[in-house]
Amino acid sequence: MNLTRRQALVLSAGAAALAVAGLDASAAFADAAAADKMMMDFTGGKKPETGRISLNTPEIAENGNTVPVSVSVDSPMTDKDHVQAVMLLALGNPNPGVITFQFTPMSGAAAASTRMRLAKTQNVIAIAKMSNGSVYMDKKQVKVTIGGCGG
Amino acid sequence: MATPRPRLKLPKTAKAGEVITIKTLINHPMESGQRKDKQGNKIPRKIINKFTCEFEGQTVFASDISPAISSNPYFEFNAKPMKSGTFKFTWVDDDGSKYTLEQAIEVK
Repeated sequence: MNLTRRQALVLSAGAAALAVAGLDASAAFADAAAADKMMMDFTGGKKPETGRISLNTPEIAENGNTVPVSVSVDSPMTDKDHVQAVMLLALGNPNPGVITFQFTPMSGAAAASTRMRLAKTQNVIAIAKMSNGSVYMDKKQVKVTIGGCGG
Repeated sequence: MATPRPRLKLPKTAKAGEVITIKTLINHPMESGQRKDKQGNKIPRKIINKFTCEFEGQTVFASDISPAISSNPYFEFNAKPMKSGTFKFTWVDDDGSKYTLEQAIEVK
């Protein structure tokens, strides 16, 4: 059957909409796949639950070159029950990986702060991996007025 | 690039079992590899890619760092020293250079 140009256009628009709908709507298409892979590698394939981890970022970052970020995880930090690592991903950056903090029971508390670069307004996620294998995440959106990737 | 000189805020004393806060800063451009020079060539990546804090030889806290960490990397984290001893902090550059700082703490 011959498609009219109008029919072909409607078909392709539909296909594009389906593809986007399956992904997190707030992440750029290409970055979502890279971020997903980094997350799955970190968690060993486990899907993170919400809770226990708290990600703190400013609502609006005046300067994308230096955005303060801190994470804190509710954990007794004992030998038997502690946070092993927390990974931060910036879903709208050219590369989503930001930093991975490694904790030990000697950390005393599973909390850390730093400053990161964000290229544009985007979601930032923090994933915590516990000594018993459980995984938690938190997500925040940061609005960026001046992008921070050297432009 | 100016020689990186790390700086540290670490209490001189602590009570046994107390969780202390440690702040570190090192001057470093953290060249991400994304920037271009005036001719349009990409400036190569050169960052601090690893930071470690040890207490008496045991790792307390560490970070695997990407170019998305801002220049002059700042880290704030916690430690729970159970006895008096020395903290050692290490920053590793992409080119293999290591910058270190040591400081003792008295635990009462």
